[in-house]
Amino acid sequence: MAESSGIFDMIGPVMIGPSSSHTAGVVRIGRVTNKILGGVPEHADIIFYNSFARTYEGHGSNRAILAGLMDYRTDDKRIKNALDLTEEVGLTYKFRSIGSASTFHPNSVRVTARKGDKSVEVLGESRGGGVIRIKEVNGFDSNFTASLHTMIIEADDVKGSIAFFAEVLSQDECNIATMTVSRKGRNDLACLILETDSGIDDITLQYLKKRKWVHKVIYIPDIDK
Amino acid sequence: MGVLFNSFEEWKKECEGKGLPLFQAVLDFEVNQKGKKEEDIWAGLDEAYQVMKEAVQSGLKEEMNSYSGMINNGAKKVMNFPKTVLSPEFQKLVARALAAKEVNSCMGRVVAAPTAGASGILPGTMVTLQEIHDISDRKIYEALLIGAGVALILEKRASIAGAVGGCQAETGSAAAMASAGITYCLGGSNDQIFNAVAITIQCMLGLVCDPVAGLVEIPCVVRNASAAAIANSSAQIALADVSPVIPVDECVDAMGEVGQSMEARYKETAQGGLAATPTGRAISKRVLIQDIEVLEDEDGED
Ligand code: SF4
Repeated sequence: MAESSGIFDMIGPVMIGPSSSHTAGVVRIGRVTNKILGGVPEHADIIFYNSFARTYEGHGSNRAILAGLMDYRTDDKRIKNALDLTEEVGLTYKFRSIGSASTFHPNSVRVTARKGDKSVEVLGESRGGGVIRIKEVNGFDSNFTASLHTMIIEADDVKGSIAFFAEVLSQDECNIATMTVSRKGRNDLACLILETDSGIDDITLQYLKKRKWVHKVIYIPDIDK
Repeated sequence: MGVLFNSFEEWKKECEGKGLPLFQAVLDFEVNQKGKKEEDIWAGLDEAYQVMKEAVQSGLKEEMNSYSGMINNGAKKVMNFPKTVLSPEFQKLVARALAAKEVNSCMGRVVAAPTAGASGILPGTMVTLQEIHDISDRKIYEALLIGAGVALILEKRASIAGAVGGCQAETGSAAAMASAGITYCLGGSNDQIFNAVAITIQCMLGLVCDPVAGLVEIPCVVRNASAAAIANSSAQIALADVSPVIPVDECVDAMGEVGQSMEARYKETAQGGLAATPTGRAISKRVLIQDIEVLEDEDGED
């Protein structure tokens, strides 16, 4: 999917400094977490790995991740003051640095966020130019960029489930760009992550949610909007 | 079909064959290859230029202190200094390029052009050019389109990222974009515009990427000022029809070749150059987090 650059890759993007992988990418990982949780968390534990472990303060990635958790866009000027602004929304946080996660991308961050009785854990990579990849959601392997529309479905691992989802989405004229399936062996719970080129109708989401064997449907529309 | 921005030669042929101005080929590229609407492109350029102007202003007005302490309102000091080295315009050029780049280092809003590390060069040069020569916004947008075309070729044949091609790729590319834009706005021919690019590359060739503590501050901020100055000197030379002798496409390939042969320690890793000086290392020790947990299990967490 490596598309060739356009003029607004050369004159752009409009962004908050100092560097797209340390600010824009990290904001987007925070924002994905916010969307999965369904709002601003009350508390977040954040681990910066590898290269990030040393530089996250200097590059402002600590502010960037909190800004994303508060649902700011990547070009929001408030990112700079995100540390102070968490108080207003009642978000508490804790940072940790881990330097030796050799199987992780150099710029990786893990967020465990809690709101009421809901909690979510996201592992994301910031791959440069603001591009991200979400590697894990709640312990399930994943592989999505959040630059399209993303749907995360947790369901029992029943036969034909993948075909079923593909069929429902095709009824909705939704083009599936990528799909990842991962299983938590023991309890037969499967996590299906779909990226689609266009938005997904609310009715379709409701329909999917109604299946008895479907436990959770999380829909993340284009996070840069 | 139009040009795909593989070479300056191709770009020139396309335009001269069809009698188009250089910027038109860039516009057509974006419309035909990227499926953009022309009006959206002009609107995008307008937005980008507004953000650039805003960055210049906030860098000259607001407090600019970086978390590391290495950036301390340098642009304002330059702007307000009573002695001018060449002319008040030159002083403003330097101050503005510093200002927009300081905004970047201090977590303000900028346009990456072509990258965040080089985000002071087009603002500094374009704002100053517009002020001195009373150039219309529309003409500046056309200059930005030409700059984008320059960068597209540089990205394809060399690099625009410090981590790949050293600082020549980053501030060098931005300076090349700016010198093309300046030469265009001041009535340079297509050849002169491309000669300006060639001359700029000749001036910036070989510059390594060696940011102290890995932060985009030292030497990045002052390099935005020097790159802005080189963009202007290159345009001055090119407009007078002085030949760069080595054609622009060959200069670009030279930049690619130099970038490829640069050692990794000169490519944003903060292991060489200024980053590896005793002072650079001491700063790194002070500003970077030292309290890092090391996992027993080499496979990462869990
Ligand atoms: S030294 Fe490196 S980080 Fe700094 S502007 Fe140059 S390329 Fe960018």
